[in-house]
Amino acid sequence: MSHVWRPLFVALALVAGILIFRTFYVPKDFGVGEAGYMYGWHNFTNEKFWKEIKVKYQGSGQCKECHRENFTSIQKTPHGIIPCENCHGPGVGHPGKIAKLPIDVNRLLCLRCHAILKYPNSDRGKIRGIDPATHQDPNVECVTCHDPHNPNLGVLKKSPQRFPVYEQESKKEGRTAK
Amino acid sequence: MDRRDFLKRTITIIAGAAIPASALEFIDPKRLLAAGSSDYKWVFLADTQKCVGCGFCVKACKLENEVPYDADVSRTWVERYVICKDGKMRVENGMPNPGFGINADSPKAGRDGFTTPQIDIGEGRHVEVKEEDISKAFFVPKLCNQCDNPPCVQVCPVGATYKTADGVVLVDRSWCIGCGYCIMGCPYGVRFFHPLLKVAEKCNFCYHRITKGMKTACVQSCPFGARQIGNLKDPNDPVTRTIMYGRVGVLKSEYGTKPQVYYLALDREVR
Amino acid sequence: MMEVHGEVWTLKEFFCYPNEYIYWSIQIVMYPFMTGLVAGAFVLSSLYHVFGVKQLKNIARFSLVFSFALLPVAMMPLMLHLQQPLRGIHVMMTPHFTSAIAAFGIVFSTYGMIVASELWFVYRPHFVATALELKGTSDRGLVDTCRYLLFSALTLGSYDISEQALEKDEKAVGFLAGIGIPVACFLHGYAGFIFGSVKANALWMTPLMPVIFICSAVVSGIALCIITYIVTMEIRKFLSRRMSTLGLPSYEELQSAEIEEVKLTSRYLVMFLIAAITLELLDLIFRGYTAVKSWDILREVIYQKDFYKIFVMQYGMGNLLPFILFKLPGLTVRRAALGACLMLFGVFMMRWNVVIGGQAFSSSFAGFMEYALPIIPHNLETVKEGLVGAVAVIITPYVLFYFINKVMPVFKFKGSH
Repeated sequence: MSHVWRPLFVALALVAGILIFRTFYVPKDFGVGEAGYMYGWHNFTNEKFWKEIKVKYQGSGQCKECHRENFTSIQKTPHGIIPCENCHGPGVGHPGKIAKLPIDVNRLLCLRCHAILKYPNSDRGKIRGIDPATHQDPNVECVTCHDPHNPNLGVLKKSPQRFPVYEQESKKEGRTAK
Repeated sequence: MDRRDFLKRTITIIAGAAIPASALEFIDPKRLLAAGSSDYKWVFLADTQKCVGCGFCVKACKLENEVPYDADVSRTWVERYVICKDGKMRVENGMPNPGFGINADSPKAGRDGFTTPQIDIGEGRHVEVKEEDISKAFFVPKLCNQCDNPPCVQVCPVGATYKTADGVVLVDRSWCIGCGYCIMGCPYGVRFFHPLLKVAEKCNFCYHRITKGMKTACVQSCPFGARQIGNLKDPNDPVTRTIMYGRVGVLKSEYGTKPQVYYLALDREVR
Repeated sequence: MMEVHGEVWTLKEFFCYPNEYIYWSIQIVMYPFMTGLVAGAFVLSSLYHVFGVKQLKNIARFSLVFSFALLPVAMMPLMLHLQQPLRGIHVMMTPHFTSAIAAFGIVFSTYGMIVASELWFVYRPHFVATALELKGTSDRGLVDTCRYLLFSALTLGSYDISEQALEKDEKAVGFLAGIGIPVACFLHGYAGFIFGSVKANALWMTPLMPVIFICSAVVSGIALCIITYIVTMEIRKFLSRRMSTLGLPSYEELQSAEIEEVKLTSRYLVMFLIAAITLELLDLIFRGYTAVKSWDILREVIYQKDFYKIFVMQYGMGNLLPFILFKLPGLTVRRAALGACLMLFGVFMMRWNVVIGGQAFSSSFAGFMEYALPIIPHNLETVKEGLVGAVAVIITPYVLFYFINKVMPVFKFKGSH
């Protein structure tokens, strides 16, 4: 056989080497799924990986089991639509490892909905809102006066008179409810 | 044939025989047939009228899916659009704007909601549209469209991302090489590199939740029902009914991706 | 604060989606630039072997070896770019051929084997001669033993250098150079396809992209060969003046050979340049005329944001100026060297303007992103995808060339080709 073919043999040996290596390296479950080769070429065991990710947000139904009183009372108010975990944090590990869930009482949490934005094509425009810069003392948490579980403005925890700005502002701006 | 030639040929034959047929097997039709078809086809419905831009969905998504909370990437996000009556973009410091621009933003992916009328235009600058100048303004939740023809999957060179039988696009974190082609291939800007894992990351409709009969974290945390997930194979599913009988829109249909996130009250200004 | 990949060098303006960053940075500019050089150098060498352009004899052998030195470097930017470089092999293990990148492993190795085989045929007499010479040496040191083993291995067990055998070699070289041209074009054209097929990117998506990439690749490959050829010739001229007794060709011989070779090569350079420019302008005109949805933002990027980079640096300094330099009568070696350098710069800027320019605007069509090349690195990411990484990619082929030249001498060698 002519020497001319020798580089070809080397090339073929390389290709064979790669193909043999491939049989050992590629996971056994690699193949074409239901979506076809273009959209479904993958390792089937990976689907299991994603299904087994731990759930963190348990849902308010879980909270109801122990905190029935709080759960039912908030249902009667406009805040009944807010899932417990939005303010109390994800319930994973509670009541086991985490005895008490940390409650987010930051003013910014309430402002997510109640900072006034008069947007005509969004239900945001219909939510009662305040101007965060002028409503009372920006350093005071909303829960000082307002009860998030009973956001009725008629039953404030603290009298608005304690904050003199309030009267003037509500007259001037006409924004704050009541 | 001399001894040398004989040896050479023998080696060639042995080497050839040593390559198992499976080494050449890239497509196995048997596997294709074996995969049972699913009873589910997950779709999403977002209502831009109901969305108030509170961002609880983004917060829940990041915590549920362990996407680093402070990193400026997110599987889902909320956009704000403020359109002016004169159809123009607001000008900041007298600087001209690119004309075709819109007043839109999604600061921190909307994780902390929208608490100010100031619109973030990048690099620490803001513009504000006066109330009387607004012609329309609204919020749009965004997430992976779980396209029927996902361009991100098509371009993955190694099969590290794929579409499941129930219509969700997943990423194989153990196989992704981190080339970023999928990120480039997505017209919706949904994908990014996970800051810790250094592999492609994307929304997967909380696959671990929906396969357990739960709602996605963003759907569950939305107080206003602006986000809903449904099964298109169930004709009585309220989401399916809305998509079938209501007027719904999708994003960027011109790319031929066949997105599976449907929108109510979509506007032409939505990007 | 947790840093996201790309965040450190991306400046966002107006409305961009939250996850958008410049994910494909300097190394993805380097990648088509380097593969372009590989393809271009190979095409140049094939002009001699296939089309029998006799005057290119010297530069042909040189560019073949240089193309081989560039080969591993075409892969280097990809490895520096990958977030999981150790998994790069997956492209060969589970290729997903609906992806343009999946073909890389196969096309690249096919091409590598062709270049290596061609070199083997060209340098076979040298391997055999060296191996036999070392075999005859009675007391070999460690270095010579290593060299002996290397050269014996390189002969692949064939010591036949008779007239007939060499004739066969010559035929094989012609054949390999012939199939090498389409493969080289494919290697690079498909790099263009990687970009051209991204439908999500308004700037990249055009069927002209692969052709534009091939033409500019040949331009850059030839330009680099001219520069490197001139540099090595200058060194030889310098040596011949210093050591006239060593039996090297005389200064005058080298001088006239050099300018002839350069003149002829530059003719091909200009031809491919015209082809590349024509296609690029066609693309630009077509975009402006059809003015589809994306044109508003593309126009802003092309004529405003990147105007300087595209029209001044790429077309002006990188194309028009060297074109004039080459076309003015009385071409000198010095002028050719300057022209070739500018050409190389022009092609680099073209790659930059495609890769970075394609990410200069948001998919929202309502925002811009700017790439700030990390100059002084402060972590691994900014080393890999910054100036340091880019310079490393540029230097490596020369280092490799130095070592390959030890085994396959480009100039001293007296063979039949």
